[in-house]
Amino acid sequence: MTSELDIFVGNTTLIDEEVYRLWLDGYSVSDAVALRVRAGILEQTGATAAVLQSDTMDHYRTFHMLERLLHAPPKLLHQLVFQIPPSRQALLIERYYAFDEAFVREVLGKKLSKGTKKDLDDISAKTGITLKSCRRQFDNFKRVFKVVEEMRGSLADNIQQHFLFSDRLARDYAAIVFFANNRFETAKKKLQYLSFGDFAFCAELMIQNWTLGAVGEAPSKPDSQVDDMDMDLDKEFLQDLKELKVLVADKDLLDLHKSLVCTALRGKLGVFSEMEANFKPPAPQNLSRGLVNVAAKLTHNKDVRDLFVDLVEKFVEPCRSDHWPLGDVRLFLNQYSVTVHSLDGFRHQALWDRYMDTLRGCLLRLYHD
Amino acid sequence: MPGKLKVKIVAGRHLPVMDRASDLTDAFVEVKFGNTTFKTDVYLKSLNPQWNSEWFKFEVDDEDLQDEPLQITVLDHDTYSANDAIGKVYIDIDPLLYSEAATVISGWFPIYDTIHGIRGEINVVVKVDLFNDLNRFRQSSCGVKFFCTTSIPKCYRAVIIHGFVEELVVNEDPEYQWIDRIRTPRASNEARQRLISLMSGELQRKIGLKVLEMRGNAVVGYLQCFDLEGESGLVVRAIGTACTLDKLSSPAAFLPACNSPSKEMKELPFNEDPNPNTHSSGPSTPLKNQTYSFSPSKSYSRQSSSSDTDLSLTPKTGMGSGSAGKEGGPFKALLRQQTQSALEQREFPFFTLTAFPPGFLVHVGGVVSARSVKLLDRIHNPDEPETRDAWWAEIRQEIKSHAKALGCHAVVGYSESTSICEEVCILSASGTAAVLNPRFLQDGTVEGCLEQRIEENLPAGCGFCHIPYDELNMPFPAHLTYCYNCRKQKVPDVLFTTIDLPTDATVVGKGCLIQARLCRLKKKAQAEANATAISNLLPFMEYEVHTQLMNKLKLKGMNALFGLRIQITVGENMLMGLASATAVYLAALPMPGGIQIAGKTPSDGSYEQHISHMQKKISDTIAKNKELYEINPPEISEEIIGSPIPEPKQRSRLLRSQSESSDEVTELDLSHGKKDAFVLEIDDTDAMEDVHSLLTDVPPPSGFYSCNTEIMPGINNWTSEIQMFTSVRVIRLSSLNLTNQALNKNFNDLCENLLKSLYFKLRSMIPCCLCHVNFTVSLPEDELIQVTVTAVAITFDKNQALQTTKTHIEKSLQRASTDNEELLQFPLELCSDSLPSHPFPPAKEHLESARSNSGIPAAQRDRCSSWIELIKLKAQTIRRGSIKTTVTVEKASPMGEGNFRNRSAPPCANSTVGVVKMTPLSFIPGAKITKYLGIINMFFIRETTSLREEGGVSGFLHAFIAEVFAMVRAHVAALGGNAVVSYIMKQCVFMENPNKNQAQCLINVSGDAVIFVRESELEVISTQQPTANCQQSCAGGEVTT
Repeated sequence: MTSELDIFVGNTTLIDEEVYRLWLDGYSVSDAVALRVRAGILEQTGATAAVLQSDTMDHYRTFHMLERLLHAPPKLLHQLVFQIPPSRQALLIERYYAFDEAFVREVLGKKLSKGTKKDLDDISAKTGITLKSCRRQFDNFKRVFKVVEEMRGSLADNIQQHFLFSDRLARDYAAIVFFANNRFETAKKKLQYLSFGDFAFCAELMIQNWTLGAVGEAPSKPDSQVDDMDMDLDKEFLQDLKELKVLVADKDLLDLHKSLVCTALRGKLGVFSEMEANFKPPAPQNLSRGLVNVAAKLTHNKDVRDLFVDLVEKFVEPCRSDHWPLGDVRLFLNQYSVTVHSLDGFRHQALWDRYMDTLRGCLLRLYHD
Repeated sequence: MPGKLKVKIVAGRHLPVMDRASDLTDAFVEVKFGNTTFKTDVYLKSLNPQWNSEWFKFEVDDEDLQDEPLQITVLDHDTYSANDAIGKVYIDIDPLLYSEAATVISGWFPIYDTIHGIRGEINVVVKVDLFNDLNRFRQSSCGVKFFCTTSIPKCYRAVIIHGFVEELVVNEDPEYQWIDRIRTPRASNEARQRLISLMSGELQRKIGLKVLEMRGNAVVGYLQCFDLEGESGLVVRAIGTACTLDKLSSPAAFLPACNSPSKEMKELPFNEDPNPNTHSSGPSTPLKNQTYSFSPSKSYSRQSSSSDTDLSLTPKTGMGSGSAGKEGGPFKALLRQQTQSALEQREFPFFTLTAFPPGFLVHVGGVVSARSVKLLDRIHNPDEPETRDAWWAEIRQEIKSHAKALGCHAVVGYSESTSICEEVCILSASGTAAVLNPRFLQDGTVEGCLEQRIEENLPAGCGFCHIPYDELNMPFPAHLTYCYNCRKQKVPDVLFTTIDLPTDATVVGKGCLIQARLCRLKKKAQAEANATAISNLLPFMEYEVHTQLMNKLKLKGMNALFGLRIQITVGENMLMGLASATAVYLAALPMPGGIQIAGKTPSDGSYEQHISHMQKKISDTIAKNKELYEINPPEISEEIIGSPIPEPKQRSRLLRSQSESSDEVTELDLSHGKKDAFVLEIDDTDAMEDVHSLLTDVPPPSGFYSCNTEIMPGINNWTSEIQMFTSVRVIRLSSLNLTNQALNKNFNDLCENLLKSLYFKLRSMIPCCLCHVNFTVSLPEDELIQVTVTAVAITFDKNQALQTTKTHIEKSLQRASTDNEELLQFPLELCSDSLPSHPFPPAKEHLESARSNSGIPAAQRDRCSSWIELIKLKAQTIRRGSIKTTVTVEKASPMGEGNFRNRSAPPCANSTVGVVKMTPLSFIPGAKITKYLGIINMFFIRETTSLREEGGVSGFLHAFIAEVFAMVRAHVAALGGNAVVSYIMKQCVFMENPNKNQAQCLINVSGDAVIFVRESELEVISTQQPTANCQQSCAGGEVTT
């Protein structure tokens, strides 16, 4: 006696969260059954292995049918074939587009191309995530990227509108898309200590301040700005950053800046002497020079990609080697950027703020072990 | 020209890509009704076309309005070649033809293609302007309402229940016409869908005419079926119960009434009194006074004299209203006469209802059934469609005579079915013989009916169990005892019925689903020899099915079956029998004895040991089941919680009734003695197998209950969560050395595993009950068994359950004790069953050609031995069409943008698809049905030539059933409804040919589209027992004091 056909169709589509997770994780039906057995479901329910097999098959079939709709979430809402309560629809979408931290760290900042897709085997082997799941996650990134690529307006909003994500997931995807578009280097060994959350945080700040969309007029007339895009960094802004070089090139300015910072921070900083030493021009780990040079280099695409490497090399690592506490870093960065306003000879205050406000946020986030 | 049909095509969405080059579609729509066709403009290059057409107007006869479906075809425009069809929508406009139902059909319909399934949706608006037609000779029957529900629909009241209506129409099956050899599978499928739609419309119209003739205005319990007879044709037949229904003005008005009868009874201070004179109280203030006026001693003396004298005294005391006199002796005869004459006027006093207004059902005799084996033959004479009519008339006559033999004048819970394999067809009919109260059957003023209803509202509890028969002339040997409720009338030891449990029945504990499963091998044979072989097997199968049912019933420690449905399926080399029913313990019936096993060969010691071991196991199972289903019948029913009557009084009376009314006591004792165990003789291995199989049925896991009736006895407080589902399984038998035993085991395992899977799948709904579990067995091929199950899982509140069960018992006890039986004393015969007594004349009958529609040429066709074979044959000629499975990712469709502009809204909350509930039950728990919008009756064919690509047979059927659900929901939503009740999947014919990568499936579903409103939204106070008492609502509305 063999089962030729075995199906269960509910008027409300049954979604088993546990099986959905196994399916998303890329397990085959037999693996999923084995995992469910190991989870003790047979003992809990008194079911037989055959029942479990049939149930798992059924769910997998349902998910397979739903997958086509999940590729365009608004379709899932409007389709008539599967009656699914809104909360469950949201869950389906959210989980389908959820990604593994380990996976996203591998592909973050890489071009979402066929070439990268070929490397998924290696990523799968390295991270222990099934190839199937890697493919789904990669395809998700690529799908979202393709849809919002040419769109105007807020990146996160566009993603949310077209994929119906939660705020959180939409912001994460905005970061992924932003990184993929600008190809920031994140894989270097130096950067391994950083989590996706760190990068996403920075991405959000950069999108808010450094992109074309960021300089857009009042939000009431978003269409007035032809290049109102969140994906690309504001090229003009990056060009202008060269002007900041004067802060380290002009000796007077540098000294004045230094003394202002030192005066303000004297007694407040546990690592005052280290800080002070770092301002000295010959010092190899001149923090100020480092930060300004990073800014000045951003005109070249190659250097834009290395932004995070540079930030870690030029700022995070020196501070860390001197054992700066985070509080001191914050105090220093605040003072460092604020005192520039008191430099009368410096004409690029707005530019400095646009650069430094974002950078300060990023650095503080990046500064951990 | 009595009607104008207006159609507007608004828009489409999610259309498939038809032009590979542009990844877009140039869609337009053809709207066809009858022979008139309109077209919309072509909407270029869009997957979301906005046609916004003008109103297309069709001026048509109302006859056509009833018969024809509106046919909407979506096509892709192609300048150089033929336009490609995207898909179709058939809309039955019948619901627009009654005044009270829907006024407009408007909404998104899935565009369906028989090869590709659903391909996008189309938004359509349909309206009908009906002109009054005064022509008395009209052929239409617009305005007659149809209900699939097998009880009086919730917001209606039955004024008169007229009785049985039936009709059938015959046609050639397009799939078997010569033209089918040259047309595409799509064209063939569409021709079939259209024809069946047309035939359904015609059938409904003809039944409507019959109803109008009977002066009714509705058909309740409408059941329409298709017989796919292959070569010999296509039969569409329907049965139903004609009624005159009155719409209840407002839903709120009858709502509180649901609970009033029971409440009222609780207030009565003397309900536990076995003296029957209290029963006729109605609004009972005078009675109350009277009882209190008795001094204790006096009342004892009076009551102890004998209950019978009290009964005769009743009219004299003049309690209640004057009408109480009617219940006296002479009236009974009159009543009976009336009833009989009322029913005898009818050719067939049958009722397809399974639940009845209170007081309608007086006695239940037992199950009556008839089967007959017929040979289908090619249509020879197209002008004689009466052959099938004659077949059914014959069977109905048999049913009628069976009922008569049981002293019953009517059959309720009546249904008909067929099973066809090649040219052999088994026709089956079954129902429950019953004695009915004539008041619903006669013409009369509404007032008269109301009056009667008031006086007769209270009897119940055990009345229907009392044997309606002459003890000395039993048609069947059975143990009789005095009713355990009223102790005055006789009851059988077991009761089998096809109806739902009457709402007022007193049940102990909970019920459960019982199934008898049986397979019998049969030699392959042709024509007459085959029919003879089947006819010879049938009686044995029926007998065994019955024995199994009886054994399983005893094993559960219960004594009655409701909703019994025995299905016999014929295949090429076997017969399958599947009986499902809901077992309960009726308080009125005696406690069932155990099962005793007796061995035939006592010589062997180990054998003896084995037997005793088995006996122990069986006894243990019975004990376990009793515990599981909470079967602990009260030994004496007088003890009532919260009774206002002082304890001592009660006790003394109790004592007295035991010692003084001597006759009764001896009878009762005797009956206890007679209640010997049911003896199972084990004389061969077969019997041993049978006993073993008894023990293999596993009870559902804790928290689960199941039944095949509308509601589960003993559970009253459903919560609103429901989940309707269909599950299909097909197994392939290993063809080697199949024996009956192996076959039985396979079949048994199939059903058991299926149930286990259901319990597992629905475990998140615990505590829950599977209601209306409906199994269908078919044998699509030699070694394949297909089982289809449709049911609804309903959660209930466990804590509340206990509480209400208690009050329910309390209530029923009260009710039982206040019951009396004046109405029920007709000499009627007992029938606890009637199964093994049917002869099956091996009849060879020629099916004459029967076509109601001419115009289809009687072409020469190659004779194919079966439908399936023809499918196979055809499959060879199928060209592999280009199958495009298209997935499109839309970029910023206007719709999507529009809908999701607003960021602040939660992204998933703005779903535009309304929820439509589906249930096989006639009600929605926790909700009130406020309007019936019309009948849903849909037939779909789906075929594939890329079975593997669609996920194999499972993937194919899974998708198809999901699509069928979707189309039903869309039609209901377009009618303005939010639920389908009394939903049933009448047919699911699945054929596959994996070698050719092909499969085909036909599905027929029906139900009633309704609008329901949550009770919480209605702000109704009493929602405790929304379901159990709803049946009373129709009549109960007038009883409120």
